Amino acid sequence: MNRPVAPATGGGRIRTPLPFPTAARPAVADRQLRANLHRATRTIRDKRARVVDEVPDWEALRDAGSAIKADVQRRLPELLEQFEASATAAGATVHWARDAAEACRIVVDLTRAAGADEVVKVKSMATQEIELNEALEAAGIAAYETDLAELIVQLGEDTPSHILVPAIHYNRAQIREIFQRRMPDAPADLTDEPSALAEAARVHLRRRFLSARVAVSGANFAIADTGTLVVVESEGNGRMCLTLPETLISVVGVEKLLPTFGDLEVFLQLLPRSSTGERMNPYTSMWTGVTPGDGPRSVHVVLVDNGRSAVLADPVGRPALSCIRCSACLNVCPVYERAGGHAYGSVYPGPIGAILSPQLTGVADNASLPYASTLCGACYDVCPVKIDIPEILVHLRQQAPHPPVERAAMRVLSWVMRSPRRWAAALRLMRVGAAPLGAYRERRTGARTLRRLPWPMSGWTRSRDLPLPAPQTFRDWWGKQ
Amino acid sequence: MTARDEILARLRTALADTPPAVPVPRRYRRVDDRPDLVEVLVDRLTDYRAVVHHGLDALPGLLGDVDRLAVPTDVPADWLTGYAGQVHRDAPPLSPADLDGMDAVLTGCAVAIADTGTIILDAGPAQGRRALTLVPDRHLCVVRTDQVVGLLPEALTRLDPRAPLTLISGPSATSDIELNRVEGVHGPRRLEVVLVSSAR
Amino acid sequence: MRIALFITCVNDLAYPATGIAVTRILRRLGHTVDFPTAQTCCGQMHANTGYRAEALPMVRGYVEVFDEYDAVVAPSGSCTAMIREQYPRLHPPATSVAARTYELSELLVDVLGVTDVGAEFAETVTYHPTCHGLRMLRLGDRPLSLLRQVRKINLVELGDAEECCGFGGTFALKNPDVSTAMLTDKCARVRETGARVLAAADNSCLAHIGGGLDRHRSGVRAVHYAEILAETGAGS
Repeated sequence: MNRPVAPATGGGRIRTPLPFPTAARPAVADRQLRANLHRATRTIRDKRARVVDEVPDWEALRDAGSAIKADVQRRLPELLEQFEASATAAGATVHWARDAAEACRIVVDLTRAAGADEVVKVKSMATQEIELNEALEAAGIAAYETDLAELIVQLGEDTPSHILVPAIHYNRAQIREIFQRRMPDAPADLTDEPSALAEAARVHLRRRFLSARVAVSGANFAIADTGTLVVVESEGNGRMCLTLPETLISVVGVEKLLPTFGDLEVFLQLLPRSSTGERMNPYTSMWTGVTPGDGPRSVHVVLVDNGRSAVLADPVGRPALSCIRCSACLNVCPVYERAGGHAYGSVYPGPIGAILSPQLTGVADNASLPYASTLCGACYDVCPVKIDIPEILVHLRQQAPHPPVERAAMRVLSWVMRSPRRWAAALRLMRVGAAPLGAYRERRTGARTLRRLPWPMSGWTRSRDLPLPAPQTFRDWWGKQ
Repeated sequence: MTARDEILARLRTALADTPPAVPVPRRYRRVDDRPDLVEVLVDRLTDYRAVVHHGLDALPGLLGDVDRLAVPTDVPADWLTGYAGQVHRDAPPLSPADLDGMDAVLTGCAVAIADTGTIILDAGPAQGRRALTLVPDRHLCVVRTDQVVGLLPEALTRLDPRAPLTLISGPSATSDIELNRVEGVHGPRRLEVVLVSSAR
Repeated sequence: MRIALFITCVNDLAYPATGIAVTRILRRLGHTVDFPTAQTCCGQMHANTGYRAEALPMVRGYVEVFDEYDAVVAPSGSCTAMIREQYPRLHPPATSVAARTYELSELLVDVLGVTDVGAEFAETVTYHPTCHGLRMLRLGDRPLSLLRQVRKINLVELGDAEECCGFGGTFALKNPDVSTAMLTDKCARVRETGARVLAAADNSCLAHIGGGLDRHRSGVRAVHYAEILAETGAGS
């Protein structure tokens, strides 16, 4: 037997180019962006809450979804082999990609082999992650995004800022402006009514759908026992891409497996209500290999690792692979709402991104992300597969490289606090040391608080007063009784 | 080492802690035996802007403004009774451009889910291939009441996973602009359901 | 029943009034409270910032000090959550005392079975459910059920109450821009209520929101709800 092969981290658009606090600063200051995100996340939050509240067995569905995913992770190698065998038997060709670059190479080669110089694309996080559009472009192949939000982002030469709605950072007026500037066939009198914008996208893409020869998709689920792939969508662009072209290439992360077709009965209930806040999304397509006379004649599946084996290797962080990309955690996250998705640097923003990206790349490469959370727990409450995001965030913070000053301070504090005697002495020292300042501030301002402090406390006093130690500590009071 | 073998080996190494088996608790509902499932279906279809009609007698009226109608090759003859326009059977298969020129498509379905207002096509009887119900801008779908089930789990048991499956819940829609749902993008912008009592 | 008070490090140093209030409430209800002076800190800041190894001595210390008591009460949702949620994983011998550690409202409502603690407080008050109390301890209605029984109180509802104030321990220092944006919104919601007092179950969150309210001279006082429950209207 060969020596064991170590799990490996991945590449692609999953690394923060800037630390989260730095990247978040301009976003927080952008009033338009804040207003757009505020409005959109509140809208979807309320919709989700309404359709989840009407399901009497929601918690039972979450428990089942969580357990099925844990079971998948435990049996991932055997389920992948089973999927490969079933899909192959049904006429699909299964490819394997160690990382982003290899996955892109496979798609480029397949597209060229089909004799095409353009592809139509179904919205897919996996292809965003591996930066497929850039790879196709470099190979002289034009990639056309067909999901409305992806189209907006592509026309705007921007990057996605949300898992479900990549253009969530734009409002209707901004979208109209992008269409008028970048969409040659947009009507001159295009309004910013959402229905008019959707109509413009329909007209813009119609001919392309009817003539495309190669489509690229992701998949929401891959069924091991049948070899079936599942795409959940709303607009019908997915159906167009999955049905009309002769060649279909689906890029699928290895974690997307479900053991059996029957397991969809859980996930097709959890996903739509959690993501778009609908009882069911308008369209779900399922295909198993090739069906003669119906849909593509050449069906390919590219199974991608790109860091997932590294996530799997951490028993505490592993549940991040349960994510079904619903975005519910983004929509309820107060940090995401203020910072927006671009601040996270990765295609996976928000709470799930804060645990997934650092695990895919190794924590050292995304060290600020596990700290991009107040640990308020709103994400865990809405997660349809019960990923304990706060717990994993805290776990990853243990692995993150710590700033030397902070580390020294934490060690000193721990040394003081582990000893009742030292802690009592420190309390006394702080009380006595702060007493003159406290008395002075109280005389001057009527409150024992400070308004300005040097770094690192300046982060606090920029927007809040800081209380000084009380004239007597609690233990002083207790001792006097 | 091939990519396949390397990935599988990485994953096996990653599972060196041999996680324990996970029992899957399936305490969720599988069957909804409310007597008024058809009413629930109508309510949910309407909620997502599908239009619901009752009885095959409604069809000629519905098709009154349809000049070119696409149908699967095995469309039941009585669905077309009283229809005066052109019937385009999907044999030989209509090209995408042909389909794009149709005013409507008329099909049946395999199953309908009341709880979510979902119609499922499985390329079975009176449904045709997937492109047929996708490209025309208006989809009329005949649903027999014995095809209506309460919940998704029940619907899946009626399907062959290897068939090409399409779950349809209302007309094409998007929530991509400010997270507000608007109907009508690439798929059929009008979805009309004709409910037929299976007692007939 | 032997009840011990775990005051928490922040309260000991900066908010002794909260500990005094807890002591008074429990004594008024006829219970004896002990304050073992060997207590220090629960270790939450260390553990949640990525220094679990440095937190462990405090976890062990907590078990040594409190294991002998029937119940431990802490006037802090997040410290109680640290002990109950994280201790058993960090240090299995802490499992038993962790299960006997209660946030004040849990002790009063669930263990002692009281909601009316005989308080009187003639002020307009709004209540912010802090995140760890709300979503980790699932305190639910308990603190409000206690406040509703306070005579002469005028309780008003806080908008977006369940949204985090942006404190998050070292988050406020590491991510000052996002934290400030969250704080600004929270302060705006508090001021919209017209309340003169903001109550919560955690003085660290209150230091954060109160610090923001003070900065804008809002005139709203941030106090731990224990201090309201301790008031009898007879003057303290």
